[in-house]
Amino acid sequence: MSLLELRKVTLSFGGLRSVSELDLVVKEGEIVSLIGPNGAGKTTVFNLITGVYRPDDGEILLDGRNIAGLAPHRINELGVARTFQTLRLFLNMTVKENVMAAAYARTRAGPFRAMLRTPGMRREEREIERLAQERLAFFGERLMGYRWNQPAYSLSYANRRRLEIARATATRPRILLLDEPAAGMNPAETHEITELISRLRKEGGYTILVIEHDMHCVEGCSDRVVALDHGVKIAEGPFEKVATDPKVVEAYLGLGGTARK
Amino acid sequence: MSDTTPQLPPGPDAPVTSPAIGRDEWVARHLDRRLPPRLGILHERLQNVPWFAWLVLFVAAASLLPAITSSGYVRRVGFDTVLYMLLALGLNVVVGWGGLLDLGYVAFYGVGAYSYALLDSPHYDIHMWSILSIPLVVLIGAIVGLLVGLPSRRLSGDYLAIVTLFFLQLFQTVATNGDQMFGHNVTGGANGLLNVDPLDIFGHDIAVQHEGVFAVAYYFIALGVFAVVFVALRFVNESRTGRAWRSQREDPLAAEVMGMPVNWLKLTAFAFGAAVAALSGSLFAALNASVFPLTFYFVLLITVYTMVILGGQGSQAGVVLGAIIISVLLELLREPSHARDLFYVLLGAGLLLTFKLSRRLAIVAAATVAFGFAAHAIADAIDHSWVAGTAGAWASGWVIVPERLASWVAPVSYVALIAAALGLTLVRGLLRTVLLVPVLYLATFVWENVMLAKPEPTRYIVLGVILVALMIVRPNGLLGEKRVEVV
Repeated sequence: MSLLELRKVTLSFGGLRSVSELDLVVKEGEIVSLIGPNGAGKTTVFNLITGVYRPDDGEILLDGRNIAGLAPHRINELGVARTFQTLRLFLNMTVKENVMAAAYARTRAGPFRAMLRTPGMRREEREIERLAQERLAFFGERLMGYRWNQPAYSLSYANRRRLEIARATATRPRILLLDEPAAGMNPAETHEITELISRLRKEGGYTILVIEHDMHCVEGCSDRVVALDHGVKIAEGPFEKVATDPKVVEAYLGLGGTARK
Repeated sequence: MSDTTPQLPPGPDAPVTSPAIGRDEWVARHLDRRLPPRLGILHERLQNVPWFAWLVLFVAAASLLPAITSSGYVRRVGFDTVLYMLLALGLNVVVGWGGLLDLGYVAFYGVGAYSYALLDSPHYDIHMWSILSIPLVVLIGAIVGLLVGLPSRRLSGDYLAIVTLFFLQLFQTVATNGDQMFGHNVTGGANGLLNVDPLDIFGHDIAVQHEGVFAVAYYFIALGVFAVVFVALRFVNESRTGRAWRSQREDPLAAEVMGMPVNWLKLTAFAFGAAVAALSGSLFAALNASVFPLTFYFVLLITVYTMVILGGQGSQAGVVLGAIIISVLLELLREPSHARDLFYVLLGAGLLLTFKLSRRLAIVAAATVAFGFAAHAIADAIDHSWVAGTAGAWASGWVIVPERLASWVAPVSYVALIAAALGLTLVRGLLRTVLLVPVLYLATFVWENVMLAKPEPTRYIVLGVILVALMIVRPNGLLGEKRVEVV
């Protein structure tokens, strides 16, 4: 059963076709990697799925329902969460608040109930806090205890990446879109992220679509790889097949690459 | 004893000594790294005092004001200060938490005041009970806030500022020309609305004057309203709404993608700020028994913004502190006899902040006074009338105060002071410290001879100087948290 399906999705900026008639299927419980050289349109695909951009043409189906054109917060409510390639944390809020804020769509108590601190509101607040602690505990001690009440800007780069993932999972998504989770990480941290992606599926039960440039990471975590170039899908399949596909090699290295081979 | 105790093998709960994945040494050992023991602990304890304890302490201290002084003037200043505190709390919701630059804020204050005046005055001969009219005014404020927010909900930053500024101007125009609104006299025009009812308890008026003195009741009512508003807004800020407000301030796109309806959140932040402003406006109208359009204009807008920025936007305690400082300062500076000494207090505080308690502080202060005595003695020797004027207690003997100031002295010394102060920012190190002495002296001269004579412009100039200096030293305001804009 496909959880997310893109059918002939097209998006142009002015005269430039950024994504062109893209078909993409992600099945429930699958980990799919999206690869491609810079400017291939990978992040644009994420922006289309999350509703930041509206496709010019085509359908984006989440569990059979067309979500193209919905507001981003509605799409999130339906079960899509993402992280950003260029980190976008709420820097001047605490680590815990960053995660708690993401529970917004799944909670109900409004400002007037908050003013009166009704029992229902306080119960909900306790649940949000427990959820945040649980999500942060996923990363071991790194984002625990002392760090909870520190502002997010005080975190190191790697911890900011972890916090973004924790924040995305706090929206209780069904599908998690990770945009270059290992970018800027050292080899040990990249290895940790690779394991983490597998753990996210095993322990969190998320379906995952991940953009990644680090091929060890892609090889280590994904069931299936989709390669994009100039907004067009050029290859799809298991890692070994896609990595050796002449079209993919050409996209990364140019025609000379294949010639020297 | 301890060295004879046999060593137990480490159990499963024993601390891990080797670095492990997912373990963070920095976090595990942060306690070892805090400030020198006593200072660090004191600092942490102070931080751990809950906010409501500070609030109770503050309200209790503020309630003692009428007991300390029977002066109607002081009580009146106290009431005005509490009103400013309320206004600052409301603006803090929009600017501090919502991150929306709302330059039309005082128009909502005006909307509140006018609404109350129309609901409780002979103008339409409606005399509603306060217990009904005030909630109605708050509701009107919130609705007007929503209506103004609607067209501007997609705007942010400078664009929103311009639209809201336009709304302030619109409010002014309507209030000033509202005496001929489609042939009806609605707002009383430039003459305003008069004979507005005071507050009442189920129809029994609470007199503003009690035996010729400002009634304490109003001060306590305002203080009570302040405490309720403070707590209510605090609770909202610590709920999912408050977190979402601040999230969209930090990063609207990320907030939207994380499931927060950003446009709606902006509207609610706007409406909450407007409602608090309207509430303050109703208290203002009830106390003054009259409303005029020009009360709700730029000077007030700038004053309230100054309070929020000086205190630290985003921090409730900060904006309240800012409101108190600015309100009291403006009041003190109105009266030359108070203002005279205040200048030296501020100058001393500024020097103390700059130099801390160092030897340089003592040297600069002593050198300035010595410089003064020398200049004073020379001037006295040349012509006694040059120093024959009356100087304040702090200035006598060392600041030159001529009996009669030649007409060119005021502008020249004034411009020279500004030029010298600016020039001082261009030099560094020892030269700056040395040059500081004559500049400080020039400042005292200008203060005693030029600025004191004109208290009305002086108060805002002093306010501006304080704001500039503070924004350099503490860009986040007195109690504002350290903030990063972009990383």
